[in-house]
Amino acid sequence: MSMNIVVLFYLLASVCFIQALKGLSHPNTSRLGNAFGMVGMAIAVVTTIALIVKLSGTSGSGLVNVFGGMVVGGGLGAFMAKRVEMTKMPELVAFMHSMIGMSAVFIAVAAVAEPTALGIQLVNGLIPVGNRFELFVGTFVGAITFSGSVIAFGKLSGSYKLRIFQGAPIVFKGQHLINLALALLMVACGVWFFFTQAWLPFIIMMAIAFVLGVLIIIPIGGADMPVVVSMLNSYSGWAAAGIGFSLNNSMLIIAGSLVGSSGAILSYIMCKAMNRSFFSVILGGFGAEEGVQAGAAEARPVKSGSADDVAFLLGNSDSVVIVPGYGLAVARAQHTVKEMAEKLIAKGIQVRYAIHPVAGRMPGHMNVLLAEAEVDYEQVFEMDDINSDFGQTDVVFVLGANDVVNPAARTPGSAIYGMPILEAHKARNVIVNKRSMAAGYAGLDNELFYMDKTMMVFGDAKKVVEDIVKALD
Amino acid sequence: MELIDSTIINLIIFVLAIYVGYHVVWNVTPALHTPLMSVTNAISAIVIVGAMLAAAMTETLLGQVMGVAAVALASVNVVGGFLVTKRMLEMFKKKPKKSHEGAT
Repeated sequence: MSMNIVVLFYLLASVCFIQALKGLSHPNTSRLGNAFGMVGMAIAVVTTIALIVKLSGTSGSGLVNVFGGMVVGGGLGAFMAKRVEMTKMPELVAFMHSMIGMSAVFIAVAAVAEPTALGIQLVNGLIPVGNRFELFVGTFVGAITFSGSVIAFGKLSGSYKLRIFQGAPIVFKGQHLINLALALLMVACGVWFFFTQAWLPFIIMMAIAFVLGVLIIIPIGGADMPVVVSMLNSYSGWAAAGIGFSLNNSMLIIAGSLVGSSGAILSYIMCKAMNRSFFSVILGGFGAEEGVQAGAAEARPVKSGSADDVAFLLGNSDSVVIVPGYGLAVARAQHTVKEMAEKLIAKGIQVRYAIHPVAGRMPGHMNVLLAEAEVDYEQVFEMDDINSDFGQTDVVFVLGANDVVNPAARTPGSAIYGMPILEAHKARNVIVNKRSMAAGYAGLDNELFYMDKTMMVFGDAKKVVEDIVKALD
Repeated sequence: MELIDSTIINLIIFVLAIYVGYHVVWNVTPALHTPLMSVTNAISAIVIVGAMLAAAMTETLLGQVMGVAAVALASVNVVGGFLVTKRMLEMFKKKPKKSHEGAT
């Protein structure tokens, strides 16, 4: 097998990866797309095994290492993919980002230790300067991706006591200055490595990158996680592309760039949906201004009702729009909600779901939960497609969402002014389920809760909806 | 004529791939953004190719340990990423029987 054939197989695999992403343009074509992705990966792996056999002869002792790693890692991956709950998807995705980041770092270390083994042609016994630069970039992006994702994972799971894993942002004086200084120091070590190919600057640079990854993510609060998760998605792609550059492997560059641009686009969409600037997100430290408005909410009267009242209201309407939010995911109420919707549909009531782009903790989080509960995706609408219909809707049922339906986003001067919202306040009746009157993530009071047509139902989303289902019988 | 540096060729591939990625990803339906993230997790695990070379071709202990570890980590994503995407996409499948009246 000549090197040309190897590269041609890699090209084939790259095309498969593009097909995998292309398939996701519609649920019907997506499964075929995923199959393309698997085929592409299989082609890449088998080709590489053939290449190793050719290069190392028939001894094959090296392949034992490869298969050993594959069995351990693959087994763990399969186990997690089978067992993970759909409400825990953000954690799984963050975990996987960290795997890519760390893997990229390990490969870079191996490449610096034994460049020829990875196919890097030496010039005068040293790694060519271009490859040195690329190794440096691949390593620090990988390291930042790893430690950043670990922090993001902790924040998303919310089950660790350690302060840096808490959802609340960690902000301290001179944060940006420290980050900037560390970044400069890291680049300086990179330049040092670039000229000398010495281990010391390489290791210092790597250590700083790990610390930077932590520092970039800790000031970001829990509800901003959709941006963070997509940003780290992007980083993991760039890390792969960086490794591709260092190893002169076009397939790695193509796959890495696809992932990198995908993550970047998702971050952009998330930022747009929160009305934040892309730049401030990339720099990290956003969400730091929150907490200013917290506590501003004074006790105002709201109309609260019981599950029976809700059931009555829903049962006597013609059209219902359900607005799910993070509260639904926390309560794992998706199946119960579906049950309630079935009951309403059986009564001849039109039921639809309205999804805000940043509802939940990652892009598309709510869609997956509803799909898990076997909600037909044709009942599920994106914000822009359903916003104009709220005016003709009898009842909007807001489940565990807050800021995404806050009409304050239309008031100039408000902290969330300009953020696109679901116009629930235009409906004839509004029902809001929340655990308490606590303000949402943005720390803002929500006018929607005080409107005459709004009824609040307090309690755990799952419990409340279960009661409604009973009352509907 | 002098040869074009391989880094330049890589750069060309890089820019064109970003261009392709940009256009393909904008066409992804928002409902499938979570599967998009998990499938891109699997795809970026393509670094496994570099990891395999590091695991099999290196001779020093450092190189081999790094290589095997990298293969293991990347394999988590290759297998886990594609399988969890498959599991999610199955959920988006249209159900054959649309409405079943009886409560469960």
